[in-house]
Amino acid sequence: MIRPNEDPLKHPISDHHHGHDFGERLVLHRHSIVHHLEPQVKILAMFLFIIVCVATPIHFWQAFVVYGLLVLGTILIAQLPLNVVARRSLIELPFVFFAIMMPIFGSGERVEVLGVSLSRLGIESGASILVKGTFGVLCAVCLSATTPAREILRGLERLRLPNLLVQIVSFMIRYVNVVSDEMARMKIARLSRGFEAQGVRSWRFLANVAGALFIRSYERGERVYLAMLSRGYSGKLPDTGHGSAGIRQWAQGLLLPVLALLVLAMTNIWMSR
Amino acid sequence: MHIPDGFIDAPTSAIFGAASVAGVAVSLRGARKQLDERAAPLAGLVAVFIFAVQMINFPVGAGTSGHLMGGALAMVLVGPHAAVLAVTVVLIVQALMFADGGLSALGLNVFNLALVGVWSAYVLYGLLRLILPKVRSSVVVGSFVAALVSVPVAAVGFVGQYAIGGSEVFGLGAVFSAMFGTHVLIGIGEAFITALTVSSLLSSRQDLVFGWKAPLRSPVEV
Repeated sequence: MIRPNEDPLKHPISDHHHGHDFGERLVLHRHSIVHHLEPQVKILAMFLFIIVCVATPIHFWQAFVVYGLLVLGTILIAQLPLNVVARRSLIELPFVFFAIMMPIFGSGERVEVLGVSLSRLGIESGASILVKGTFGVLCAVCLSATTPAREILRGLERLRLPNLLVQIVSFMIRYVNVVSDEMARMKIARLSRGFEAQGVRSWRFLANVAGALFIRSYERGERVYLAMLSRGYSGKLPDTGHGSAGIRQWAQGLLLPVLALLVLAMTNIWMSR
Repeated sequence: MHIPDGFIDAPTSAIFGAASVAGVAVSLRGARKQLDERAAPLAGLVAVFIFAVQMINFPVGAGTSGHLMGGALAMVLVGPHAAVLAVTVVLIVQALMFADGGLSALGLNVFNLALVGVWSAYVLYGLLRLILPKVRSSVVVGSFVAALVSVPVAAVGFVGQYAIGGSEVFGLGAVFSAMFGTHVLIGIGEAFITALTVSSLLSSRQDLVFGWKAPLRSPVEV
């Protein structure tokens, strides 16, 4: 819940490209294999890969080198520009600071590294958090850069997320642009009236903003929902006819976690020799 | 406090994942019973709202700014079950689309922010409503205290997970005091904004505030 001070207008959501829906703002349009994979394949592949990654002990460093290459390979195959991927990964920063503190302030046995006394356990744990966290973030960035939000939603539905949750996600995706644009407008209005958030005195004002935002969101949401009901909305996503992934797609997608698992197994054998 | 991948070990993440699935299942049933067909749009709106409000940063000093957790606010506005679902959905979307919180840590995050955050706020709010007079300002006071306490309590959830499946680099005492200390500060901000938002809603659309119109019931019954 702590983030470095940031300008809300620079948040990924408000990287403005008006007229596109929520997920589209994050998607970088390409025609790669990664883009063409069905969303359920991508989500499951990513989830399994991250599980393998998290379950790997940090002293299997060779495995992590290969994981890194796998992630990098996926990003390159998806033709995503590395600077954009790096920028979107900045969300991780607070935990990077935490990871850096671990060797310095950590307890236990100390080792000399370049003349600085560091905690051995701290180095290991810090590296673990840094590496695994980074791979997780890169995977998620890769997913959102290659998959529009409504496709992610469809993927979640295919992965049997309970229907009520799917519906809630779908409403969230449907409204989030409207509300965040509304927020951006309200912010611009505040700024143009010379308002600057300054400590405690601004809270009353920010609360009014939040209150107004809730009422606006609620009333708009109610109208849209009633309109949807009157057009026959039943809670199911409309079936567009395509979307069941064939064996080929599953094979392509699951290559990532399967390779990672093989690497883990091989490293395990090698290390225990 | 969106835990990333690799921060807590895999077995612990799995256990809390299972606990979160169970907790969310309870709220799925509860929300269906309580809100019938309006459950989805209402919870969806609250999800959007929390998502948007989490972008309002308020300075807590030392170069960092906190942002609203939103659990207590959602609870007062739409009731505990819809609030749990809304916060859960926000966490799913943040993990999948914004890399905010790890996918393997989703269970941990849902447990702290959705389950612990919302239900601790609910219990506290319920108790206060029983004690305080049945007037509007009690709703405001109740939301203030519920928000104030739910943030550090959710942080304690994190400390518990760290104790079970985190590294042993930092002593638990140090982690606890650091997390608890910062989150008491964030909780104060959360409490003010939650209470002020609720009071601003009470004066314009009090019909939208669950915590005002809802009959008082014990947590078990809902």
